[in-house]
Amino acid sequence: MDTDQLIRSLAADNPHRAPRVGAVLSMALLVAAPLSILIFVTFFGVRADVMSAMRNPFFDMKFAVTLSLAIPAIIVSLHLSRPEALLRGWGWLLLLPVGLLAVAIGSEAMMAPAMPMTMRLVGKNSRVCMVAIPAMALPLLAGALFGLRHGAPSSPALAGALAGLVSAGLAATLYASHCTDDSPLFVATWYTLATALVTAIGAAVGSRVLRY
Amino acid sequence: MRGREDEWTGLMRSAMAGDDAAYHRLLKAVAPVLRAAARRGLARAGQPPDQAEDIVQEILLAVHLKRHTWDSEAPFAPWLFAIGRNKLIDALRRRGRRVFVNIDDFAETLPGEAPQDTASAGEVAAQLGTLPQRQRDVLQSIAVEAASIKDTAARLSMSEGAVRVALHRGLAALTAKLRDH
Repeated sequence: MDTDQLIRSLAADNPHRAPRVGAVLSMALLVAAPLSILIFVTFFGVRADVMSAMRNPFFDMKFAVTLSLAIPAIIVSLHLSRPEALLRGWGWLLLLPVGLLAVAIGSEAMMAPAMPMTMRLVGKNSRVCMVAIPAMALPLLAGALFGLRHGAPSSPALAGALAGLVSAGLAATLYASHCTDDSPLFVATWYTLATALVTAIGAAVGSRVLRY
Repeated sequence: MRGREDEWTGLMRSAMAGDDAAYHRLLKAVAPVLRAAARRGLARAGQPPDQAEDIVQEILLAVHLKRHTWDSEAPFAPWLFAIGRNKLIDALRRRGRRVFVNIDDFAETLPGEAPQDTASAGEVAAQLGTLPQRQRDVLQSIAVEAASIKDTAARLSMSEGAVRVALHRGLAALTAKLRDH
């Protein structure tokens, strides 16, 4: 088939309209979310003292941190789904949760410590955290990768890493309501490690499946 | 340069609004520019230029299947050249060439470059043979025999809707095969 012939067939297919990447990504995440929620209610569930925990600003802070990861990650991943897009000018959005955590750690340090620092850091749930966040992230990661496949990212590995951040941020939001460790030190350590793991998986899978 | 690129953006806007003829004109207009850039890129990597046509066809398929990622408020050329660069790098990688990141062959397209003949492209033709019969028949009819959707439907005793579906699936399958082979 020569190029003129190919062009003729492409023009004939012009009426075909594909949905926007944002629409496909939202649908894919909505389809994946029930699976993650099912894992959450089956194995973890909301902590028993949630009503009193809500009066603790460090409990609320966890959701601010995880959502300030998930939402900017969605925005940046959609930006990067365009072939000519660069991370430059957008990457700072991904530093929002880091900034929030730094502020939270600073304010906790200024208060009279309720527990020794090592206890706040290691907590009671570090191992659960390292399993729960990746486990709940996996269905969402599959959904995010499926959605981003509809795009045309110039760097598949980077786009895959963003899919990892999206899914880890959402999974961590669920997990935050289960975990009784509210210290920002715990969040900065274990949530970050779990997120890094999911992000690495996302980058590895993305580099294969997000080529267009 | 500016004028040409503005014209492309205008044609693409019309195409996205449903003007198939504008789309046809746009693809015909960009193909020689892509061909020249692909040849430059191949030459720089020490590869024979006769593979340029395969790369041009891969770029055109990607442009077609990813055109929903083009922002109609943005100029068309940077979007097009980003896809071109991506496909050129992919093609060189597949041939085991070391790829130097800074490939500017698509950024600096020279105006008034002598148009080269459409060279033979083997890869699309070869992958065409591996498609399901229906998709192959439809592509053969529309691309090679230049039949309309309507005539193709009559000839293959299919509905026009089924022809459209087979055409789109065929193009998508071709692209996937070219990418993964």
